[in-house]
Amino acid sequence: MSESATREHWDDPVATGARVVAEGVDTTHRGILYLDGIGVSFDGFRALHDLSLVVDEGELRCVIGPNGAGKTTMMDVITGKTRPDIGSAFFGQTIDLTRLSEAEIAEAGIGRKFQKPTVFEQHSVFENLELAMKADKRVIPTLRARLAGIERDRIMHTLETIKLLPESDRAARMLSHGQKQWLEIGMLLMQEPQVLLLDEPVAGMTNEERSRSAELFLSLAGKYTLVVVEHDMEFVARIAHKVTVLHEGTVLAEGSMASIQRNEEVIEVFLGR
Amino acid sequence: MMMSTAFVPHAGYRAPRFAGLLSGGGWSAWGVAALVLFVVFPVLHLAVPADSALHLSDFWVTLIGKIMCYAIVALAMDLIWGYTGILSLGHGLFFALGGYAMGVYLMRSIGHDGVYHSDLPDFMVFLDWKKYPWYWSFTDHFWYAALLVVLVPGLLALVFGFFAFRSRIKGVYFSIITQALTYAAMLLFFRNDTGFGGNNGFTDFKRILGFPITAPTTRMALFVTTAAALLGFLLLGRWIVKSKLGRVLTAIRDAETRVMFSGYNPMYFKLFVWTASAVICGIAGALYVPQVGIINPSEMSPANSIEIAIWVAVGGRGTLIGPVLGAAIVNLGKSWFTKAFPEYWLFALGLLFILVTLFLPRGLAGLRLPAKRSP
Repeated sequence: MSESATREHWDDPVATGARVVAEGVDTTHRGILYLDGIGVSFDGFRALHDLSLVVDEGELRCVIGPNGAGKTTMMDVITGKTRPDIGSAFFGQTIDLTRLSEAEIAEAGIGRKFQKPTVFEQHSVFENLELAMKADKRVIPTLRARLAGIERDRIMHTLETIKLLPESDRAARMLSHGQKQWLEIGMLLMQEPQVLLLDEPVAGMTNEERSRSAELFLSLAGKYTLVVVEHDMEFVARIAHKVTVLHEGTVLAEGSMASIQRNEEVIEVFLGR
Repeated sequence: MMMSTAFVPHAGYRAPRFAGLLSGGGWSAWGVAALVLFVVFPVLHLAVPADSALHLSDFWVTLIGKIMCYAIVALAMDLIWGYTGILSLGHGLFFALGGYAMGVYLMRSIGHDGVYHSDLPDFMVFLDWKKYPWYWSFTDHFWYAALLVVLVPGLLALVFGFFAFRSRIKGVYFSIITQALTYAAMLLFFRNDTGFGGNNGFTDFKRILGFPITAPTTRMALFVTTAAALLGFLLLGRWIVKSKLGRVLTAIRDAETRVMFSGYNPMYFKLFVWTASAVICGIAGALYVPQVGIINPSEMSPANSIEIAIWVAVGGRGTLIGPVLGAAIVNLGKSWFTKAFPEYWLFALGLLFILVTLFLPRGLAGLRLPAKRSP
């Protein structure tokens, strides 16, 4: 590396590698998620095939693709729900996702939002966030846990972010579909993750809820790394910095939304169906 | 990672309050129950003369004592089923094991007063055994037996639960396996070679801690101890379900995958409440045996365990007090019914279960709290 290049990035902690590594995730090489040559088959059906993908820290990455392209399976591999037959999946430079349990991966800092909103229906909105909050989640510490003032403030802050403060005491089952989606994102935020995986987060939302979601995601990008799987192209165009197109279990194209929309192969795959 | 700016709550926003162990009314009811069980009943039994109309007879003392033991079992069942959503159809086994652990001590306490005036219990003499099997060692010490009351059901539940929950066995499969477990244990205890009295089990106890077991004061002491255990476990259960752990348990019941992705390992939470529930059942069994005066393998029959689930369903799952009342009501009904129409009790019980399931899905407790959200 030349003298000038070094000087140019002297105050960029990522480029100089001088970043203080926090919470065990080594992102000194900018990337936070590394998938390399992942293959997954279910009873002979090839769900993923030689899938390679790098997501940088703080990025808002959209993953699109037709049904059956392997988007959800990719999420399953990252969160430990599905083990790849072949290939490697790393969180930062050092954490091997293929060797950790689902709970350990969540603990390490990867939060996942499911396609269908799953919140604790019987618990209040406040309690949902309280349960999700980063804490010692072993049995005895949980039994003895008392909510500290600072934790209460954090819950309130998240309620504010996801615009559910007025609903705090309501049972989660009383929320609208869109509100449940936000609550689930709030629950992810309470875990102080580095990476948020969002599976079709605006499916079934009204136009107004979509706009608010777009606002929310853009405000979260940078503070967190977001990976959004979405069908809705218009929504993707509104938020995407970088788009990855999956097709038949592998990466078909990657780049800005504009370059993706010009890509002949992508057009063929999407229009061919 | 979260923003550090101070957050000012909206005006008029009321932070949710995690209430005390019981509500004001709850504490009053608890206090009244304690007064009746600790003061009124003992006075009516011991101080009021037997010919008075107010005298509480032996029959009632034994029946209420027995029902309180069942109520403790129902409470334990509610923790695992009502709150955590895991239906055990083998809780009778833990109850019976606690009972047997106490029974072993009571057999040793008979001393030479058995029919054969031997060092060994009558059934061992009958089998022509010359010495106690190794697992009867030290059981003549009360505190060792008391330890067994906790350890035997606790360890069995821990080991069984570990493998079942680790394999993610859920729902009806778990229920069936617990049912099979208690059935297998019953067959084992039916065998004379097992060393626990075969199908006759243990009976003819003479004394406990040196006191004659049928004396009114001993009976009353057992009664009061049982009442203390019931009221204590009620508070303990309340403390558990009101804690953050309690909220995790209901979350496991409602959306286990979400719990997992929230960073909890549901297995250990299930294992905790399952084992706690088994230990509580064991203690209930240990209190039951000296009052009823018999323990035999029929306590492990699958039907007994199913009956426990019915008490809880009738009382109202996930309310703690509901199952306690459910156990009391069903068993009072049973004791009347089995005298009046002995053949029809099981039909009545089945009918009751169907009616409650159809018309009172939240049990008797649901009658009182129609507007409130279930916990």
